[in-house]
Formats: sequence, C-alpha cells, structure tokens
Amino acid sequence: MISFNNVHKAYGDHEVLKGINAEVGKGQVVCLIGPSGSGKSTLLRCVNGLEEYQKGDILIDNDRVNAEAKSIHALRTRVSMVFQRFNLFPHMTALENVMEGPVHVLKESKADARKHAEELLTRVGLSEKMDFYPSALSGGQQQRVAIARALAMKPEAILFDEPTSALDPEMVGEVLQVMRSLAEEHMTMIVVTHEIQFAREVADSVLFLDGGKIVEQGQAREVLTNPQHERTQDFLRRVTHPV
Amino acid sequence: MNDFLTRSAEYLPLLLNGLWLTVAVTVLSLVLATALGLLWALLRTSGVPWLSGPTRVFVELVRGIPILVVLFYIYFVMPELGVDLTAFQAGVIGLALTYSCYIGETFRAGIEAVDKGQIEAAKSIGMKRPMMMRRIVLPQAFKIVMPPYANNSVMLLKDSSQVSVISVAELTMQGKMLASSTFDNMTVFTLVALLYLCLTIPLNLGMGRIEKMLRRSR
Repeated sequence: MISFNNVHKAYGDHEVLKGINAEVGKGQVVCLIGPSGSGKSTLLRCVNGLEEYQKGDILIDNDRVNAEAKSIHALRTRVSMVFQRFNLFPHMTALENVMEGPVHVLKESKADARKHAEELLTRVGLSEKMDFYPSALSGGQQQRVAIARALAMKPEAILFDEPTSALDPEMVGEVLQVMRSLAEEHMTMIVVTHEIQFAREVADSVLFLDGGKIVEQGQAREVLTNPQHERTQDFLRRVTHPV
Repeated sequence: MNDFLTRSAEYLPLLLNGLWLTVAVTVLSLVLATALGLLWALLRTSGVPWLSGPTRVFVELVRGIPILVVLFYIYFVMPELGVDLTAFQAGVIGLALTYSCYIGETFRAGIEAVDKGQIEAAKSIGMKRPMMMRRIVLPQAFKIVMPPYANNSVMLLKDSSQVSVISVAELTMQGKMLASSTFDNMTVFTLVALLYLCLTIPLNLGMGRIEKMLRRSR
C-alpha cells in the first residue's frame, strides 16, 4: 500500500536519499534500521510530507505524496505519525489530545470522538490518566497517548519515528507492547527503530539503510539473524553488543 | 503635610479628569495595538514572501521613528492629506500603531519559540495552517509572550503621557496646566506621579496573576 520508487532527496549538495526502492504491503510491519545519518528518519518523514523529496515517487495506494500540494492534508489523515519526542499538545489533556484530530480535522461529533478516544486510551492502558496534562505523565505514558492520538484518526498506516529512543529504559517495554498489539491486528506500520529484538519478533520485513541507500532488505528474521552484507553485520554487532 | 492634603483635594478633581482620559487612551490603544500586533506577527510568520516582506519593512520603519514624531505626523500631517482627526483620535492611533509594532515583534518571537515538534504533530493529524495556528501554536505562544506583553502594556500606559504634546488633556497634560497656573509644582507632579502608580502597580500585579495562572494551567 506504500511504495517507494527511486526516491531521491538532497539538502543542497548533500544527498541524503539516493534512490530508495521498497514496498510496504497492507497489514505489514516494516522496520527501518541503520546508523544515524543513514536517512531512515528522513525517508519516513517523506511519507507524510513533513519532508520533501526531489525525485522519484512515494505512493500511498497510488496517490503520490507531494508535500507542496493541497492534497497533502487529506493524505496525512490517512497516515498517522508517532514522534520520538511524543509532541503531545501541552495545553490539552490526554483525552483532548486524542480527540483533537477527529473533532477538528475529521469533523466527528464531540460525543463520538470522546467515546472513541476513551476506548483508545483504555486500550493503551491509560484509562486512569485521561484528564491528565502531558506534563503530569511519564515519557512512556506520553508516548502511549501519542499512539492513541495517531489511532484516533483511523489511519490506514502509522509511521513511528524512533518511538522509544527518548524513553527511560524501564518505559520502553510498555510502548513496544502497544505497538506489538497493533501489529497483531495487522495495522500497517513503518517503524524507524534501534530495537533490534522488537524488529526481529514483530516486523515482517526490515530495510537496512546506510548512506542514503538500502543496503539490505528482506524478511526481518532473515536479515537480522543472518545478515548478508558486511555493513549490516557490522551495524548489528555494534547495536546488540555495544561494548 | 496638612497643607499638601488640602491642596491635593483642590487639584484632584482636575487631575482625575486627566486620569480618566489616560485610561481611555491606554485601553483603546492597547486593544488596537494587540489586534494589529497579532496581525503583523501572523503576516510575518506566514511564510508567504509578499506578506511577510512588506510587513517586516513597515514594522522596522515604525519602530525606528520616535513616538513623538509619529504623533506629530498623524496629528499635523494627516489633515494636509485630507484626513482630519481629533487630538484624541490621533493620539490613540499613534500609540496603537507604534505599540502594534513592539507587540507584533513580541508575538512573532513567541510564535517562533513554539517547539517545531508541535507544528509537525499538528500537521501529522492533517491540520491546515489556520487551524494549526489557532488551536495549537497561538495558545502556546500566548503563554510564552505573557511576560513581555505585560511589560509592553505598562510601557504603553506610561507612554500615553506623550499624547499630551498634541494637546490631549490626559493626566500629564492636566498636571502641566495645573502646575503652570498654580506654580505648585511639588504638589501637582507628586500627585501626577502617584496617580500613574495607582494605575501601573495594579496593572503589574494583575499581569503577574495572569502569568501565574497560565503557568499553573499546564
């Protein structure tokens, strides 16, 4: 449902994406891994037009993503995003954060949106925290609210940009747990992550990026347990045995 | 001391007339300056060059002209261009115009200080720019700009004394006239200063209160 055809992007002379080709099927979980500066976050952000790309196509069910076009707003309601630093709206409670998009963008009735938001917050284990402001929530709780906010848009796919990188270690599990349950329900997900264990267990396929190119891609278990390319092997060695 | 009180009682009615005019000029100018300031800030941060460019030039020009000159310009030059204004109207317009540029710059800084992640989050749920500004950016920017905005308000109140130069009979003007007819400079200007403090101190306290409330609400 999301396809990348020869996607190029450069900041001035500096090329960050050098011809990305990949396919994400409906209901698939695809993890993007690679060293920092490899272009994986940039690629993800191109999918909902937070970044522009200069050449090639990113297609969502045959609709081309164009950050400059009017169509981008409608397209963003179909592909939600979860950010590294949560980016909850600090002047709204958890419940209001989740209701914001449905009420104001999708024009759902307040009652419907509230009901749905309450269900989603319960689902991510935050039924007790609905009326809390983000500043009163832990990082893990904030990120779960952010996932609920993404789900509230009833998206066709969700993009995760290093969703656990800003979390204290003891909170990583609760967020991954929620993501795992989404995967089990066949939500289409693209996940930029350093959680190799999660990728191995949950992802259908893995793309390993380095220097703006896909160095290796394939079935998650295959790529992560038996990497073919030297750079993939080197990277995996470093992240799994850091010392 | 007794003397001071009896003379004060004599002068106070006139000065209170001036005080009311000061309040009227200040409130009207502040409302106008805030609305215009918000407009300038929105235009400057619009990302549309033919909106932000001219706004920037205008703001820089007005900020570079002393407020007295702006007042003279509006009161004495505009009539030559066919726009007749009372001194009161000219005073309010001059103050509002000048302060809209200060306040506009404050608002712009506030808008730009809102975390970029907030803008991305708003975009990612499909918001278009106007809704994003209204629902996400401005509520957060207002909190950020409250202290400098309060400061601007107090400055505006004090600068309202400048409209006396175009013969608006506000507090300073009344004081000057009273002093020159009674030669009792000490009593008159002490009273004038005290009356200004009666306005600025509550204004400062009120703004501090609002700030605290805003900080607690998040």
